Amino acid sequence: MTVLAVESLSVHYGVIQALKEVSFAVEEGEIFTLLGANGAGKTTTLRAISGLLPKTEGKVLFQGRDITTIPAHALPALGLVHVPEGRRIFSGLTVADNLLMGAYHRRDKQGIAEDLQNVYDLFPRLFERRKQDAGSLSGGEQQMLAMGRGLMSRPSLLLLDEPSMGLAPILVQEIFDFIKEINQRGTTILLVEQNAHLALQVSHKACVLETGRIALAGTARDVAADKRIQEVYLGVS
Amino acid sequence: MPWHIAALQQLINGLALGSVYALIALGYTMVYGIIKLINFAHGDIYMLGAYFGFYAITMLKLSLVPAMLVSMAAAALVGVLLERIAYRPLRSSSRIAVLITAIGASLLFQSTAQLVFGASFKPFPQALPFRRIQLGPVFITNRQLLIFGVAVLLMVLLHLIVNYTKVGKAMRAVAIDKEAALLMGVNIDRIISATFALGSALAAAAGILVGMYYNRIDPYMGMMPGLKAFVAAVLGGIGIVPGAVVGGLLMGVAENLVVTIGSSTLRDAVAFAVLIVVLLFRPNGLLGKKGIEKV
Repeated sequence: MTVLAVESLSVHYGVIQALKEVSFAVEEGEIFTLLGANGAGKTTTLRAISGLLPKTEGKVLFQGRDITTIPAHALPALGLVHVPEGRRIFSGLTVADNLLMGAYHRRDKQGIAEDLQNVYDLFPRLFERRKQDAGSLSGGEQQMLAMGRGLMSRPSLLLLDEPSMGLAPILVQEIFDFIKEINQRGTTILLVEQNAHLALQVSHKACVLETGRIALAGTARDVAADKRIQEVYLGVS
Repeated sequence: MPWHIAALQQLINGLALGSVYALIALGYTMVYGIIKLINFAHGDIYMLGAYFGFYAITMLKLSLVPAMLVSMAAAALVGVLLERIAYRPLRSSSRIAVLITAIGASLLFQSTAQLVFGASFKPFPQALPFRRIQLGPVFITNRQLLIFGVAVLLMVLLHLIVNYTKVGKAMRAVAIDKEAALLMGVNIDRIISATFALGSALAAAAGILVGMYYNRIDPYMGMMPGLKAFVAAVLGGIGIVPGAVVGGLLMGVAENLVVTIGSSTLRDAVAFAVLIVVLLFRPNGLLGKKGIEKV
């Protein structure tokens, strides 16, 4: 089943066209990665999907439903959650309150408590630090918190924007392990990454954006095997 | 009276007045925290609150507490409408445009109040007979006790709302990062409305308390306390809720101590002298953080 279908999505920033008729589909249960250089339009794509950009052309279908005009704040309740670039945790609130903000739209106390437990099981470090100010966490922990906060919404589709950005290599590997784990627990993931090597290892499908257009799409294996991709993104010569 | 007794007496007077400044300052600081706007019409909502209370007591024949609740609800509505009509359409405009709109809204409230309620003073009905309570060498009036008590009660309530309820946590989240809160499913517009409602209700309560304290209300009564409460909010660190309380109390005390030391004509000058000094030495306010952010 198709969870997310993006159909000829175009975005303009003033006179600059950031996205040109981008189309792709994310199937249930998979990890789908958007690759590309800085400024290729990866983050723009995610922001357009989650309703953060006022003027877009084209269509976004989520579970068959047209969500192009649905306001951003209504999407988590439908099951689409966006974990933004730079983590954007609420520093000044405790770790636990940050996680509960992720469940803001929910009213099922029982379910929220269960999911909180699940997040703590997945990220024991967040449990240890649940009463601390989220701003005091390290970069890796903040990324875990941002992902955990997204999971508190019990999403069917998680958009992850640059989860490995600015992290030490050992932590990057750990974050990717978590992404795999979250996916195996049943959440479909649309991932945006600069680290093409690791991203292609964990994902099922991928597409490559170049200056706002899709340059290449296919299974992660096919994309990884592409000569040009190997040269440009994977550093194989 | 020896000077230290006089100072102690002025400290008591200052705390009562300061708690009113604090109530008004809370509205400034909460609104600033969430949409980075100095709502210059806030002092006029305080004025409207006093009038709503006046009519609730004289025309609806309510006693003090129900009248205060009615006035707070009505002022909350005015605050929400103000944001809806005047500020929301300018959300993505430059900050100076919104600021000028706020000043315009303030003048509109004052003129409308003058038109509707009349330009002259109205004597505020006294809900409780005046009494002095002797505390050793100094005294406190029952009205001061009422002001202080109601102010503290409302501040405790606000503290509980902001820190322990869902809407309060959402307010803090929106103040920290609007877009991240949006991605959590927070309806930003609704939270902004709630902030205006809360701040306006507190200002209305302050309006009634001051109406009772000074025994009179008029359409321009919001100007000076509004400005001073704004200074109080900056003094404590604008956008920081406990800062407004600290700033308000300090302002009230400073103002009254100046009366003891010098002349009462300097009273109003103190607020602005304090503002200048604070901006020189602690631009982020007493409880404000230095401008360092962890990336």
